[in-house]
Amino acid sequence: MSIRAKIKKNTYLDSISLMSISTQANNIEHVKQAMIGMGTDMNKEVIENVGMTVDEIKKATTGDLIIVIQTDKEDQLDAAMEEVEKLFIRKEDKSETKEKTYNSISSAVEDVDSNIAVISVNGLYAAREAREALNNDLHVMLFSDNVSIEDEVELKKLAHEKGLLMMGPDCGTAIINNTGLCFANKVRKGNIGIVGASGTGSQELSVRIHDFGYGISQLIGTGGRDLSKEVNGIMMVDGIRALEEAPDTEVIVLISKPPEKEVEKKVLKEVNKSKKPVVIWFLGGDEESIQASKGHYAKGSKEAAIKAVVLAGADEDSLNKHSLNLPLIKEVQKKLKPEQKYIRGLFTGGTLCDEAMLAAKEYYEDMYSNISKDEKYQLEDSGKSFHHTFIDFGSDEYTDGKPHPMIDPSARIDRFMEEAADPKVGVILLDFVLGYGSHEDPVGAMVPAIKEAKEKAKAEGRHLEIIGYVLGTDEDRQNLKAQNDKLDSLGVTLSSSSQNLGLLARGFVNKEENNG
Amino acid sequence: MDKIKNLFQDDLKAVALGIEFIKDDLEIQGAEVTQLDWQPPASGDSHLIELLDKLDEPENQDKINKANEEAIERILNSQPILVGYDQAINVIPGMKKNLILHAGPPIAWENMNGAMRGAVTGAIVFEGLAENIEEAEKVAASGKVEFAPCHEHDAVGSMAGVTSASMYVHIVENKVYGNVAYTNLSEQLSKILRFGANDQSVIDRLNWMRDVLGPMLRDAMKFCSEGIDLRLLLSKALHMGDEAHNRNVAGTTLLIQALTPYIVQTDWSKEDQKEVFDFVLSSDYFSGPTWMALAKCSLDAAHGVKNSTIVTTMCRNGYEFGIRVSGMSGNTWFTGPAQEVIGPLFAGYKREDSGLDIGDSAITETFGVGGFAMATAPAIVPLVGGTVADAMNVTEEMKDITTTKNPNVTIPVLNFMGIPTGIDIRKVIKLNKLPTINTAIAHKDAGIGMIGAGITHPPFEAFKDALEAFAETLTGAK
Repeated sequence: MSIRAKIKKNTYLDSISLMSISTQANNIEHVKQAMIGMGTDMNKEVIENVGMTVDEIKKATTGDLIIVIQTDKEDQLDAAMEEVEKLFIRKEDKSETKEKTYNSISSAVEDVDSNIAVISVNGLYAAREAREALNNDLHVMLFSDNVSIEDEVELKKLAHEKGLLMMGPDCGTAIINNTGLCFANKVRKGNIGIVGASGTGSQELSVRIHDFGYGISQLIGTGGRDLSKEVNGIMMVDGIRALEEAPDTEVIVLISKPPEKEVEKKVLKEVNKSKKPVVIWFLGGDEESIQASKGHYAKGSKEAAIKAVVLAGADEDSLNKHSLNLPLIKEVQKKLKPEQKYIRGLFTGGTLCDEAMLAAKEYYEDMYSNISKDEKYQLEDSGKSFHHTFIDFGSDEYTDGKPHPMIDPSARIDRFMEEAADPKVGVILLDFVLGYGSHEDPVGAMVPAIKEAKEKAKAEGRHLEIIGYVLGTDEDRQNLKAQNDKLDSLGVTLSSSSQNLGLLARGFVNKEENNG
Repeated sequence: MDKIKNLFQDDLKAVALGIEFIKDDLEIQGAEVTQLDWQPPASGDSHLIELLDKLDEPENQDKINKANEEAIERILNSQPILVGYDQAINVIPGMKKNLILHAGPPIAWENMNGAMRGAVTGAIVFEGLAENIEEAEKVAASGKVEFAPCHEHDAVGSMAGVTSASMYVHIVENKVYGNVAYTNLSEQLSKILRFGANDQSVIDRLNWMRDVLGPMLRDAMKFCSEGIDLRLLLSKALHMGDEAHNRNVAGTTLLIQALTPYIVQTDWSKEDQKEVFDFVLSSDYFSGPTWMALAKCSLDAAHGVKNSTIVTTMCRNGYEFGIRVSGMSGNTWFTGPAQEVIGPLFAGYKREDSGLDIGDSAITETFGVGGFAMATAPAIVPLVGGTVADAMNVTEEMKDITTTKNPNVTIPVLNFMGIPTGIDIRKVIKLNKLPTINTAIAHKDAGIGMIGAGITHPPFEAFKDALEAFAETLTGAK
């Protein structure tokens, strides 16, 4: 055993720092024991008790710092003492400015001025977070799904009482003050306000309005169940009222799947009271009752956008409405063999799927889907197509535990290859959603598959018609034009809107010459 | 609708929780976003979440919040005054010759760890109930002495907390609510009874404290008719860099400064007085017990408020950690295993030598000082093993599990923010965030003493059991 002591005359360090340094010194290689402390009687006694006293230590005074170490071998002392000395060098602390973190909404709002909570945690926990946000007077965008309808009703009632927005649960899209929340496109600010119970439907409308040169004041999402009997349209009605009072909103547009009759009545009553024009696009909704409420009925998304911009001041005749390319339809019809009679739609956007399906349904009875309301047309196995088939890959069975296809488009690639190999398939529809939240290059992710499928079909002597629709604007980071160009270069037919997508598809596979 | 109108006219300032890209996209668009460091409540324990939800129902929440307001008001309004010193047998309710008070929740002799056994047997010898330590062990095991928690006798005791009949104690009276709290005197140094040491030097010191220090302080305080306002001293001490649990440099200076004018008026000789002043000077810890009594005095006033979820006691006996909650009155203990204390050790000792967490001193954290006021004591950051910023963070984090900030005791460096006060069991469970406790480390074996200091946390079980029992009492839910 070898012991070495070092006395630093007239050197003060506080006792806790010294204890900390001692503890670290005891972990240095070859150090059997180390003690570092001021030369107080107590410390000297401790050093004596552990058998490390040497003469210099006895002479140390309370103002002196004692370092004493013990190693197995004499030749280890130098290196060990050198390591001990290093412990006295303080690292400069750069962490002082590190950002404060908060674990709960309540603790965050105490320090940070906030007006909205954007909640996307697991649905099991989402409702209590939303409640906490509302109780702290925050508006809420609740992206999470799997929230019970009882919780939704309770949250919306609470928000209504407090005069707050409760967007969601399962609300994917909103634009507040020109800022997109979750899945949203970069669109111009303008005088048209949207209240949407459908995420991709709202995106489509905002993009069409932008494309026609107009803009969005606010886009209030309600979540898909707002117009159900239980929720009774609480958020949509409050949304209409909010836009009614918003000075920069001149036209209001409502989007939803067809509401419950009683709920529709309630909403239309609100529309009737509105002093601002209200355009209503309820997918497959009833024209008569809407007209009766003074609402402007729109059958499709593009039609709704056109009505909105005209009401907002556009000259209808000068709009480029991108009307259907009829000669193209004839051309494709000729390329397809008689047995290539089915449409297969593979969608990432639920409402885009719905709208295309509704258009095709006007021509064909045998339309099957994983999201069909009519049980008769529900696919027995959503993994296997039957006649005309439309799949929404954003539906629960595909997203359980996996990212949404708008974020991770790989899920539908395999299915696409299967459909492309089916000789009965005439046309495949693909949507690509751009904007905040979405994949950085959704078309790019699909390019190799499209190439391969086209080549295979060609080798088999068959034309494979693919229609692509890119939902986005020239200002989205993925860039609309770049995405369209990629599709175009692969020989994919481009649709200029969600509404046209279904109209083109149903025309392409139409074997009765006079229709189209 | 005004709130929506305001939103439409304001910049978007979001609190975001969940998916990261949503926050990123908001920031790209220039919105101000605070992304929470979010975890599922109660770590996703569905039973606890169900109970939390039950307690969150408006009717229940109302009851709890009202009760907590009252409990908090009682903590904040308490005015603990040091009114004197006396022997335990003369003042502590229920004290008797063969009763040994100890730290923490109730414990039987066979479960006591080394430090506690060392202190108990030392006290038995000190009280003359046994000739030596060996005999004292037999006496302790025989049932001839009784054991009870200090907390059940209006007292607190640091480390082993062993308090016996002839020891001198502080008497701290709550001028507003009338309750009184007691705690014994600091033995200073490290090889002392409360850390489990019990050789002749320890007994000799206890004798001197009984014969000189205690009576001198008792006599001195007779000249101080108003008593000493402890909260005032504590507030000053925090402004001087103490957190009043592991750092008591300022507090001790302030306390002896307050006592000295009265000590010098007593009939005790200059030699005796010098001995007392030297004793005080020998360790910064002299005022440590005093702040514990202050905290106990304030928190006892808040105990027993029906429906309150505020924690009024946290304490440990080296075997178990125990808490009491205001809404469950009397001696309703919720316990879990005592935890390891992590921190720097004295020379010659290793982590394996550490005894588990022990002492009533966590009453300081229950009140809002100690670990909760870490930000005000940057000098002792080596305890948390990190930087000054880490120390600030500890205090910031404790805000999340407490109800309010004590306006009477503030932290200058945090813009004079009050200390985080009123631990709420609902918040502890919801955030799965446990109180941070600064504390000393005793050797695991009897007879040795203090070997270090550091940081520890209570066991989650104690809070879980408390929440379950509370929910059942309030709502009948199990």
